[in-house]
Amino acid sequence: MARMTMIEAIRSAIDVSMERDDNVVVFGEDVGYFGGVFRCTQGLQQKYGKTRCFDAPINESGIVGTAIGMAAYGLKPCIEIQFADYMYPAYDQLTQEAARLRYRSNGEFTCGMVVRMPTGGGIFGGQTHSQSPEALFTHVCGLQVVVPSNPYDAKGLLISSIENPDPVIFLEPKRLYNGPFDGHHDRPVTSWAGHPLGEVPAEHYSVPLGKAVVRRKGSAVTILAYGTMVHVAEATAEETGIDAEIIDLRTLMPLDLETIVESVKKTGRCMVVHEATLTSGFGGELAALVQEHCFYHLEAPVVRVAGWDTPYPHAQEWDYFPGPARVGQALREMMEA
Amino acid sequence: MTDDMKFGLPGKLSLHVPEPEVRPGGKPDFSNVTIPKAGSVRRPEVDVDPETIRDLAFSIIRVLNREGEAVGPWAGTLTNEELMEGLKHMMLLRTFDSRMLMAQRQGKTSFYMQHLGEEAVSCAFRRALQPGDMNFPTYRQAGLLIAGGYPMVEMMNQIYSNDADPLKGRQLPIMYSAKDYGFFTISGNLATQYVQAVGWAMASAIKNDTKIAAGWIGDGSTAESDFHSALVFASTYRAPVILNVVNNQWAISTFQGVARGGSGTFAARGLGYGLPSLRVDGNDYLAVHAVAKWAAERARRNIGPTLIEYVTYRVGAHSTSDDPSAYRPKEESEAWPLGDPVIRLKNHLIRVGAWSEERHKQMEAEIRDTVVAAQKEAERHGTLHSGGRPSMRDMFEGVYAEMPPHLKRQRQQAGV
Repeated sequence: MARMTMIEAIRSAIDVSMERDDNVVVFGEDVGYFGGVFRCTQGLQQKYGKTRCFDAPINESGIVGTAIGMAAYGLKPCIEIQFADYMYPAYDQLTQEAARLRYRSNGEFTCGMVVRMPTGGGIFGGQTHSQSPEALFTHVCGLQVVVPSNPYDAKGLLISSIENPDPVIFLEPKRLYNGPFDGHHDRPVTSWAGHPLGEVPAEHYSVPLGKAVVRRKGSAVTILAYGTMVHVAEATAEETGIDAEIIDLRTLMPLDLETIVESVKKTGRCMVVHEATLTSGFGGELAALVQEHCFYHLEAPVVRVAGWDTPYPHAQEWDYFPGPARVGQALREMMEA
Repeated sequence: MTDDMKFGLPGKLSLHVPEPEVRPGGKPDFSNVTIPKAGSVRRPEVDVDPETIRDLAFSIIRVLNREGEAVGPWAGTLTNEELMEGLKHMMLLRTFDSRMLMAQRQGKTSFYMQHLGEEAVSCAFRRALQPGDMNFPTYRQAGLLIAGGYPMVEMMNQIYSNDADPLKGRQLPIMYSAKDYGFFTISGNLATQYVQAVGWAMASAIKNDTKIAAGWIGDGSTAESDFHSALVFASTYRAPVILNVVNNQWAISTFQGVARGGSGTFAARGLGYGLPSLRVDGNDYLAVHAVAKWAAERARRNIGPTLIEYVTYRVGAHSTSDDPSAYRPKEESEAWPLGDPVIRLKNHLIRVGAWSEERHKQMEAEIRDTVVAAQKEAERHGTLHSGGRPSMRDMFEGVYAEMPPHLKRQRQQAGV
């Protein structure tokens, strides 16, 4: 075991995968010599050569489009979009091409690739460096969507994603890169060094896609979260003293419905929290599923706490971010319902 | 010929991945950058057949020579008084940058991007425009505002996201918007606005108006599809637009060769679209203005669009989040063969007897006082983490012209 930040865990996952499989290639904006603006690919070009880890022109549609061509050929591209906010020019390639190669060619051509992108806010990145576009991917049939919340999962999930035969959108909450973040922005920054999930095996291992995990056992309410919001939910449960069961979804598509249903049937209450804007967010899907599968066990309506329906603001970042105060208030109101 | 350019018989293929000439630890080398003599590139008529000036996409138009003289057919578009004003604009921008960079380091704002070494491009270009014209800038053209007379304190208010921020704290620092000053709201995403400039220009033509537009893009972002969309539409509709490419050699850590690929120059991108495409010394205030004026005249006379590549060098980091020593030699900017735009214009003005070292020092001090005074005024309103800040209400407003019911509910829920 080694101590790793989420950046180091991601780098280790790619490294292990490149070591094991010559077909794994890595490219994107600034990922080659420099090792990426968040340094997730640092050292990989030196180790594996510049035809396996290289800089791409600034053209996200081109990055994804060429990766699709490579994947169809038989390579395993693990590409980086510098910020999730930059993925929109590639949306056509992702949704109508990567997602459908297998289906439309009846398996003749497939697209096993991973598209990594830093997501979420909390770094004063403003509207073009803070977005959480996961619902734009979960809505697309053929894509898988992964959001890790800690270094251990990040490495294991990324290895599973690279080894998966179909395209995976791998969203990395950038506020978690260097340490867990519970939403208390006015407190000192914490590192992964003191966190049990900062313990990461140096070697190959995997965390399966499609499996959620219960982060905190509880009986009063089930909180469904992923990415940064897992830590916010944990802090909120401690601060409010409400005995919440917190489920870290880890993979949004395919979704581990079984774990969710089992928990909600036990607690009788369900809250969904995400940083993305509320309307048509993934929380809507989760709320609908819980209603369909647990209706007769629910003692209160399913509640969503999410980013407000505005572009991600700069100065008002902490007014926008659904931190412990907002989650806590919603939790208390829900328990009174 | 490098190893990976050796061609063999059909058989095993290998991937070509371009690399810059030098990396940290190496000796900076710009010997591959061919610099024509100042004054040596001809100045065609504005209604020239683009086919006959294809060579201008591969040369560099220069006016100021090593002796500080303005020479050749592109010289003489500005008076000495105008040039002194131009020098002041560049010095203002440079001082503004250094103060704001320091403010970011002091935690007064979250982020900053400077123009060091590229001041001439936006400052001189602005002088070729008229009221009503519209720029679609990137994050490195604040010279358009400074040279356009936009109040510096407003820029600082935006950078500080304070309670006087004209953009209500919504935007990342330096993503200004100033319609009355011909400055379109900066997106923050790359290349998206290049094609919008063409649309703005088409609108002016549709309405039989007299306004023209200018699109701005960096070398790296010319790789984006939107760049090519802009060239297609500009070419097809002969839009009254100037398409500017600022080639400052580096796109964060990626050298310009990755975006340029097999094309000799960025200006050459315009040739396939039938656009007159010029390449100009971006550190030569006089040359930038002369070429901008030429292109503006083409647009105003309804002749059509022009593509201009400004050859310059990004002396500073990409942004306050970047450390260039990790990917290029520290000494590279000093080796850059086109020099410093401020020093070159200063030397020219001294050469023609309109300026002196003493007056320059005096102006430096005056400019410093001006910028510090503006900064004090802005800081009286507040900085990102202290003093007056935009309200939470501002966050909910402006998403739509009229706030829809669901947002009103959310605003109530937020308690504002």
